[in-house]
This record gives sequence, structure tokens and C-alpha cells, in this order.
Amino acid sequence: MTYLLAIGTGKGLFLATSRDRRRWEVSTPMFAVNGVYAVGIDTRRTTPRIVVSADSAHFGPSVYTSDDLGKTWEEAEHAPPIAFPADTGATYKRAWQFAFPAPAGQEDVVYAGSEPWALWRSADRGASYELVRSLWEHPHRAEWGEGAGGPAIHTIVPHPADARRMLIAMSTGGVYRTEDGGASWTASNTGVKTEFMPGDLHYPEYGQCIHKVSRDSQNPERLYLQNHGGVYRSDDDGRSWTSIADDLPTDFGFSILAHPSREGVAFNAPVAFSDNRYPYDYRLRVYRTEDAGASWTGLNVLDDPYYGIVLRDALCTDGAETPGLYVGTRVGDVFVSADDGESFVQAAGHLPDVLCVRAAVV
Amino acid sequence: MAVTVIIPGALRVDTGGESKAVVELGGDAVLRDALDALAARHPRIDRRLRDEQGVLRRFVNVYVDGEECRRMEGLDTPVGASSEVQIIPSVAGG
Repeated sequence: MTYLLAIGTGKGLFLATSRDRRRWEVSTPMFAVNGVYAVGIDTRRTTPRIVVSADSAHFGPSVYTSDDLGKTWEEAEHAPPIAFPADTGATYKRAWQFAFPAPAGQEDVVYAGSEPWALWRSADRGASYELVRSLWEHPHRAEWGEGAGGPAIHTIVPHPADARRMLIAMSTGGVYRTEDGGASWTASNTGVKTEFMPGDLHYPEYGQCIHKVSRDSQNPERLYLQNHGGVYRSDDDGRSWTSIADDLPTDFGFSILAHPSREGVAFNAPVAFSDNRYPYDYRLRVYRTEDAGASWTGLNVLDDPYYGIVLRDALCTDGAETPGLYVGTRVGDVFVSADDGESFVQAAGHLPDVLCVRAAVV
Repeated sequence: MAVTVIIPGALRVDTGGESKAVVELGGDAVLRDALDALAARHPRIDRRLRDEQGVLRRFVNVYVDGEECRRMEGLDTPVGASSEVQIIPSVAGG
């Protein structure tokens, strides 16, 4: 059994492989000096496909795929894989997310979320994409804003069984849901606070700065949400949200991740607060809940002081029967746990800042 | 008329290794026409040079007969018989 770990950084993609998740071979950078904000490993077909967003400061963005675990890469030739139609007047900057819907009949469908805020649909396993115009033309778009990272749809959460249902999230704009396969979209932020707005505007219909949403693997109606201030849970597929931050040391952070096989279990990597973006208590810890957020347990990744935070897509699992938990940081380290966070080994270090990690058994 | 486009090393992966391309243009051609002709031959290089709205990327400099196009008429800069178009990535990054 081989584990593949894809690490997107500010200066390229690194691929690491391991047979035991303790000793890792890490590649030299691919797409060197490109920002890799999104990477996906699509294991729905027999041959796994890696999908990578790479953007060059000089030569712009593109999307690449590999069907041989990164030995060679393909890029659509005759038209850019993602490009805004001329009538939009918009310019694609980068993808922040790839999502691979699970429902039967969707095996070749890939969704991408981009900067600026747009959702894209691919019917050829991520090689080329079409703009989802229903969301781009949403009447709220004129009022969507941008966080420090950029105006992006960075979260796509398809429903695991119902191809008509999907949730997306953006900074800033909030959560939007569709129940008709993307024909229409409804803001769905009830209960999610905008702490950066004046008091009487703390709970708007939309405009929240969502950082990440993850769906419970066993209960598809349940979602976990890390907000820009606030950690929430939904038990109704994102229609409404309630706080689960009371037992966390801080409610700020970027990442949140549901356990891939245990109901009610999720991981979070708290950041001190919005104006002090270091790990809480200057320690690299993952917090785990086993009761859907009612209580949280801090798990040390390292015991020493640590100053790199975990960004929104730098927590992931690998889909193995005994799942791995992967933690990437802005100071270029990636740690792996094979016991739900009780202990960690370092998979890679001294890389550029880690923007995203994805792992799979291949 | 023939215009020569000189390709920087970083983009030769998109031209099959060619370091220069000679493109045939009609009279009254401008730089945009030269890039369009280059794109017709090597589609991928176009997205490296211009975004989907046709705007030259910020850190791509294109010289026409030794003068950077932004100092002249941008993509509307005229090119003539035997003009040389040189693509040079600007100094950027860290």
C-alpha cells in the first residue's frame, strides 16, 4: 500500500510517498515558483488523477492533471482550462479548491472554486471547466467582498448522495446552497456571526467571512464550519448554524475537518485571534471533538513553541481504513498522525509555506 | 511580411522547444496580430502572455524592435517587415 501526499505551497507542488506513513520520500518542487492554492487527488476511477492549480506571477494561472502520480502532467491545449467568458469582463486568477462529487454518475465531474468568486464545472475529470453562471450572476455578487487572501470561493462541499445538493463558501460572502443541481443558489448563514461588522449588523443574510466547511462523514446532514471568528455546526445540511466554540481556547482559525469514518468527530487548528495570527499559545496543536463540538481536546503536534499556523486547506485525511490526519503549516512543515491525532511524525519540512495538503491511498 | 518572435527560455516548453518563431502577417499589422499568429501556432503560449480578456500580463514585457510595447502603443504598436518581437519576463518574485 502506498500513501500519496500532495503538498501545495506558495512556491510549487511537492509530492511525498510512503508505505507506512512514518518514512516519506519527498519530491523536488513541481510547478516551481508557482502558487499552488489547490490540489486534489481523485480516486473515483481505477487510475487516480491528480488535479493541480498552479499560478505563476509572470505567466498566469492554469490547471494541470496527472494520471501517473505526478511523473507527467497534462494541460488543455487549445483553450485555457479555466477562463472567464468575454462577456463577464473578469479575469481568472487561480483555483482555491477542487471537489469530486460522490453520487453515482458523477465520476467524471469535478468542481473548482476560484478567485475571483466563481464556481466551475468540469465533465472531463478536471481537464477543462465551464463557468456556473447561476452563481456568477447571483444578485448578491456585487456585495461580496474579499478577505486578505483574496476574493475566492475556497470551499465546495457536495452532498455525498444527492447530486442536486451542494454547498459553497467564500471569503467574504458566506455560505450558499443549491438544492437543484446548481440552477439556483440561496445564502445560508443563519446563526453565523460577522464580528467585523457593527453590532446591529452581526447576523446578516450574507457577507460572512467563512474560512472552511467540512461535512460529517457518517451523517450527511451535519457540517462543521470555521468562520472568521466562530466555530459552528449545522445539523440540517447547512440551513442553520449553532456555535460549537465554547470549549475551544479560541474561536479563530482557518481549518476544520470532519473525521473520515467516525460520526461526530472533527479536527480544528485554532489561531490565537484575528489580530495575532499565530498558533494559540504558540503551540502547534490540533483540537479534536468526539461529540460534534460539545467538547474539544487539545493534541500537541509538537511540544516546542511553534509559529506557523494551519491554513484552511492544510488539514486533510487520506481515506485509508485507519485514516491518516495531515497537518501542514505556513512555515513549511507537514505532520502526519495515524491515530486520530494522539501522536504525529513529520512527513516533510523546510518547504515554502504550505497552502494545502491532500492525501490518498494509491 | 515576416515578423520574428523571440521566445524566452521559460516558455519554450510551450513552443516545442523553438526559441524563435517567424510569423507571416498582412500589412498594417500590430503587435496583437503577431501574438495572435503565435497563438495560432502554439496555443498554450498565449495564456502565459495574455489573460482571457486579451490583456498583456503584468510581468510579461514585450519589446518591438528594442522598445517595450507599453512605452509605445501597447498591443496596438505597429510591427513592420523584418520587425523583431522579443518576449522577456520582468524582474519579479522572491
